[in-house]
Amino acid sequence: MAGLDKVVTSYEQALAGLADGMTIIAGGFGLCGIPEGLIAQIKKMGTRHLTVVSNNCGVDGFGLGILLENRQIKKMISSYVGENELFERQLLSGELEVELTPQGTLAEKIRAGGAGIPAFFTATGYGTPIGEGKEVREFHGRHYILEESITGDFAIVKGWKADHYGNVIYRHTARNFNPLAATAGKITVVEVEEIVEPGELDLDNIHTPGIYVDRVIQGTFEKRIERRTVRPQEV
Amino acid sequence: MLTREQIAMRVAREMRDGFYVNLGIGIPTLVANYIPKGMQVMLQSENGLLGMGPFPTEEEVDPDMINAGKQTVTAISGASIFDSAQSFAMIRGGHVDLTVLGAFEVDVMGNIASWMVPGKLVKGMGGAMDLVAGAENIVVTMTHASKTGESKLLPQCALPLTGAGCIKKVVTDLAYVEIRDGKFWLIERAPGVSVDEIVKLTAGEMVVPEVVPEMTF
Repeated sequence: MAGLDKVVTSYEQALAGLADGMTIIAGGFGLCGIPEGLIAQIKKMGTRHLTVVSNNCGVDGFGLGILLENRQIKKMISSYVGENELFERQLLSGELEVELTPQGTLAEKIRAGGAGIPAFFTATGYGTPIGEGKEVREFHGRHYILEESITGDFAIVKGWKADHYGNVIYRHTARNFNPLAATAGKITVVEVEEIVEPGELDLDNIHTPGIYVDRVIQGTFEKRIERRTVRPQEV
Repeated sequence: MLTREQIAMRVAREMRDGFYVNLGIGIPTLVANYIPKGMQVMLQSENGLLGMGPFPTEEEVDPDMINAGKQTVTAISGASIFDSAQSFAMIRGGHVDLTVLGAFEVDVMGNIASWMVPGKLVKGMGGAMDLVAGAENIVVTMTHASKTGESKLLPQCALPLTGAGCIKKVVTDLAYVEIRDGKFWLIERAPGVSVDEIVKLTAGEMVVPEVVPEMTF
């Protein structure tokens, strides 16, 4: 790696420095837009006691689910964790901690974290168990709770295409939490389907500017579908 | 008593031309099938899609194109895609014209409980808390009472809340009910369902006007 060239060629390089007890922010919504190769590498490294910030926690045997299987996750910060039996067992046995966070609040916590904003007020969760113990302020006659932002030691992100400067674009709804995660890691690693020549990405349409990105690796993706729903072919 | 489809049909009457609409999982999803003809409506899916289309054909299936229920979907012409923070900026900022979601309970203060039953495994609230906090116009769909006949329209929600004081409209299998001034107001009843039946299955205080029209389909 030299200068502004962010491309690495091995997963060892991509996640060098990841250590026990760290916080990882992971992009993805369900199994859509997840950095499959980076997750596999974390499993291979066997790093433990991780706090993982991700909207969901994969499914049994795929996505972040494989890190649960390997008992590498200490705590999940997520909005919905319903697709995973192992998750349920580890939660009930007390092996795993979970901090359920409303989806929009989670997105904003990561966005704010990456943007240098330590906390923000939101109406989401006021008057519910999520608001308990949090500072309440009234603005214009409405109640809001104070939510603290999130940053990670690492952010693991799945992009569609990147150039070696680390400029990234995402494809369709595989974007989701990825651009937010990309801004909020001390070290941000982006796994993409294709690395393109500088200038190939339209500068007016970069989703994640390279300044946020430390490492780019080209991966191959299974892209497993969680709920395949189809309509009949029109005749 | 209304079927799931009829509940969806009744909710669809709350749509207006040009609305941006977020539909939750379950009965709310069915509402998409009953958008009145000639009306242009854009469906928002909180994972980052505005302009959700029908399920894809086998050939159109694309793992990068899903809805908030993680089902494969398509996008209509005029759709846009964005990240999750942008998606919830739309929701929290009050830009979505109509939100439809299910619930376990609602009460006379407009509180809603929909995400957690103590003692059972908690799977998470997903986007529901943001949706109810952000939307001005929310329709809740639910059965009026549990299978054992216990009312879900209560003086006060017993389950942990999803949102406080945010619900004004409820479509159940028995009635269309509005919530204001700390009371339920019976507006319409399902075909063949009597006012008495509805009142009996409503635990919270209910105002019954002299005439309660029957819904027609």
